[in-house]
Amino acid sequence: METPTKLPPSSPSSPTTGFSVPSAEKVDGFPRRSMRRARQRRSHSSSQFRYQSSQVELTPLPLLKDAPVAELHDLFCKKLQQCCVLFDFLDCVADLKGKEIKRAALNELVESVATSRGVLIEPLYPEAIKMISVNIFRTLPPSENPEFDPEEDEPALEASWPHLQLVYEFFLRFLESPDFQPSLAKRYVDQKFVLQLLELFDSEDPREREYLKTILHRVYGKLLGLRAYIRKQINNIFLRFIYETERFNGVAELLEILGSIINGFALPLKSEHKQFLVRVLIPLHTAKSLSIFHAQLAYCVVQFMEKDATVTEHIIRGLLRYWPKTCTQKEVMFLGEIEEILDVIEPSQFIRVQEPLFKQIAACISSPHFQVAERALYFWNNEYILSLIEENCQVILPLVFGTLYRVSKEHWNQTIISLIYNVLKTFMEMNSKLFDDLTASYKVEKQKELKKEKERVELWRNLEDLQEQRLQSLTEASRNQKNLQERENTTKSQSETSAANTT
Amino acid sequence: NIKEIGPGVEPLASKMAGADSDDSLYPIAVLIDELRNEDVQLRLNSIKKLSTIALALGVERTRTELLPFLTDTIYDEDEVLLALAEQLGNFTMLVGGPEYVHCLLPPLESLATVEETVVRDKAVESLRKISHEHSPVDLEVHFEPLVKRLASGDWFTSRTSACGLFSVCYPRVSSTVKAEIRQHFRTLCSDDTPMVRRAAASKLGEFAKVLELEYVKSDIISLFTALASDEQDSVRLLAVEAGVSIATLLPQEDLEALVMPTLRQAAEDKSWRVRYMVADKFSDLQKAVGPEITKNDLVPAFQNLLKDCEAEVRAAAANKVKEFCENLPEDSRETIIMTHILPCVKELVSDTNQHVKSALASVIMGLSTILGKDNTIEHLLPLFLAQLKDECPEVRLNIISNLDCVNEVIGIRQLSQSLLPAIVELAEDAKWRVRLAIIEYMPLLAGQLGVEFFDEKLNSLCMAWLVDHVYAIREAATCNLMKLVEKFGAEWAQNTIVPKVLGMANDPNYLHRMTTLFCINALSEVCGQEITTKHMLPVVFKMSNDQVANVRFNVAKSLQKIGPVLDSNCLQTEVKPVLEKLASDQDMDVKYFAQEAISVLSLA
Repeated sequence: METPTKLPPSSPSSPTTGFSVPSAEKVDGFPRRSMRRARQRRSHSSSQFRYQSSQVELTPLPLLKDAPVAELHDLFCKKLQQCCVLFDFLDCVADLKGKEIKRAALNELVESVATSRGVLIEPLYPEAIKMISVNIFRTLPPSENPEFDPEEDEPALEASWPHLQLVYEFFLRFLESPDFQPSLAKRYVDQKFVLQLLELFDSEDPREREYLKTILHRVYGKLLGLRAYIRKQINNIFLRFIYETERFNGVAELLEILGSIINGFALPLKSEHKQFLVRVLIPLHTAKSLSIFHAQLAYCVVQFMEKDATVTEHIIRGLLRYWPKTCTQKEVMFLGEIEEILDVIEPSQFIRVQEPLFKQIAACISSPHFQVAERALYFWNNEYILSLIEENCQVILPLVFGTLYRVSKEHWNQTIISLIYNVLKTFMEMNSKLFDDLTASYKVEKQKELKKEKERVELWRNLEDLQEQRLQSLTEASRNQKNLQERENTTKSQSETSAANTT
Repeated sequence: NIKEIGPGVEPLASKMAGADSDDSLYPIAVLIDELRNEDVQLRLNSIKKLSTIALALGVERTRTELLPFLTDTIYDEDEVLLALAEQLGNFTMLVGGPEYVHCLLPPLESLATVEETVVRDKAVESLRKISHEHSPVDLEVHFEPLVKRLASGDWFTSRTSACGLFSVCYPRVSSTVKAEIRQHFRTLCSDDTPMVRRAAASKLGEFAKVLELEYVKSDIISLFTALASDEQDSVRLLAVEAGVSIATLLPQEDLEALVMPTLRQAAEDKSWRVRYMVADKFSDLQKAVGPEITKNDLVPAFQNLLKDCEAEVRAAAANKVKEFCENLPEDSRETIIMTHILPCVKELVSDTNQHVKSALASVIMGLSTILGKDNTIEHLLPLFLAQLKDECPEVRLNIISNLDCVNEVIGIRQLSQSLLPAIVELAEDAKWRVRLAIIEYMPLLAGQLGVEFFDEKLNSLCMAWLVDHVYAIREAATCNLMKLVEKFGAEWAQNTIVPKVLGMANDPNYLHRMTTLFCINALSEVCGQEITTKHMLPVVFKMSNDQVANVRFNVAKSLQKIGPVLDSNCLQTEVKPVLEKLASDQDMDVKYFAQEAISVLSLA
């Protein structure tokens, strides 16, 4: 049985600050987009409000703590019903009294669930879940800014947060209450409920996503029957994100939950889980917004490897397949992830991937972008990686030697050149014989390459000539055929006329 | 020399040396090596020239060797696969014509199952293309089984691809096979993964079109109803479009019972995305359901969309206002607009969202032709005037850019009092793109307002743009002058703008002096030989002594440009000496352009 481990501690009640961390390296001298776009922000609507036809006037109920025990549950239920009334938060002065009554009631409910025992009895479950559903489930509003860039722009915050936060808090306390009984809850927290909960992860408001993360994690932990369904729906969200929309705000949060889920996977890994790795997690690397969730994604990937080393080859080959072609910032992230992977790789697995891997590393070293080259060369500072390289020097050195030799002579950046000298020196010490051989044959190899290239050009030139000829003969053939047909037709008609004449 | 190439490649090289067109010349291995080259770019180039390879191999070996290789061994970068999927769609002749076209199915089938959407879509596109080249028999023997395999694939990608293939094979197969196809489509419409349901929903309309009417009623309607109430709004919104196509297929008497309940529900869906889709497809929907349903159902639905709580939906609906009104049944058009639509439109004029207002502004003027002069003056004019004063420049621009519609109905004079301040403000907007946009409407405005009004109010603006600090504006301003002269004639030019333009030749700022040259380039032809020779040419000659090299080489360029307008005597006696002098300038650019002008004008 799989057991989710604890999420890293982060108190959802204090809004997280981990949301916007603009990377410090991106100093480019151009004003940030968010600054250029310093237009007035309208706080966001949520479509939920429109469904309430007539506004109900709220009247304050007696306090829960003053209620006699016999009436407590009844009052609790009434408060839950009272909290089903929604308010217009776009109009910040509308119905202030009602808003305050609901806020106070929610606060009481939160406190009651969190502190007193024996409150959560069976009849309250449907009422509680109903109150939660009515408040949190809504179609998220269209993004204020169609080209919203989570790294650059301020997120649109949910206007009804003063109530919404308390509803989430209540839900969380409800799930965490010692009185909480999964067997009762599963009747109300069902697949449909979970699906709607997952859709909310697209919220632009980081505070909301933080709550959702903790809540979904608790649901996954307590309602075992929903686990497979939750995983499947997360898959669908990711696949839609990768292949259809490229937009979903909660990828990082969902990955964080998955990180802890993967940790609890039973061994040997089910094929469903392997498929998830190969067909969902690895392709997630192609996303344009990778930087927002790369840390969580790399964590998941490494978790898989630590669970089962045999997936290593899939992972590395997958990353090599999706290696960024034009985005150097992403390339640096990929290199970072490769180092994380190499840190825990088993030597037997390393041998299986070393060839394609070091071809890619060589390509990175020759990148004109110095951060890419630098990141790749840093691998030689990692002792474990160095030991792997040393063991397989016979294979690796020939793969990278040509690049190192060439780049050491022509890279524009001094730091890169000195890093390369260090790497060359290391190799020389590892295997001086091989090193000398390669140095000696470098020129010959270069010549061979040039010659091969020339042959290629020649081959294609000839192929194209041949194509020309073929096409010509084809058109000629069809022309001949046409002529033939025409001639046949004319002779036919001639013979017909002559036949007609004879008759 | 061939012998030195090395043992590995010698057979190829020596055979190539004796190249005459023999098939065995190119061992498939050599060509396949090219398709496997380590460098992605080279591999991509090879794949893009796959037809060359196939031609070299001939049809027989393409079928027996190349295609099996492509089917079995290609696991590559998506970029390469995309190129391959595209190539194979045009490969029929290269495998020996329609008779053999089914040989292309295996590689395309694997491409239709890959993860990357772009590749898959391209593979489906190619499959659709070659499906038409199959004989009915081949379609049943080869193509339809492929569709079935895809439709029952394990991973969602193959099932998604299958959705796009049903409609191309359905019309040409036997009724048993047709029944199977319908069954497969039904299954996919209730697929477990939303990706497949989305694909099915997006092809539902297309599939309905090839079905017999009885099956449209029995099968398609239930699928449509189910997809339109899917749990995911991304599926529901695709069903809306299908609903429009289905409505066009059904006889009028069936519409109310079969599609309208679902469409009504979509117009009030709880997700704004679905409502947006309804608004976006509203004109098509209107045409599909006909005048009666439009009057009874669509008018209230449209009112709701115009009043929707989400700006996106309102903007989409606002965009359709004109089209919707135009297509209303003639007998009740005016009443419906005046009593139902116009009140909503009035509210949208002061909407809180600028996209809504600007969407409305782009179509609202069109209402005047529909409503006629009196209604326009009484009801629409106040709205136009309000929008001309809107805080958002895009709204004002959209109104100004559609002035021609109003002009036809009530004449532009009604608006000119409000127009002027709006134009002046846009002309001085801080954003250069806004200024650029208004410049582009100047010729249109000038044509409608007439020469007097123009001279009095707008001429100075047009001249001010010539010294704008943004080049794009100065450039647009010169072009604008040319169009104005086309409208108002050379005489007008000579009296109003030419003196001002030529005056700038003495400006201390060299950029302004160059603007004079650019204007001359633009104006010489429309102004004609006389004005050019008499007024412009002397100024150009004078500027050939400018101390800034940029001005001098632009003089050379200008002379080249206006040369054709001048008579040959003038060219020989006046232009030639100036260009010769410039050709011996110290600055190499000046020399270059002077020489170029001399040779283009054949003055050498």
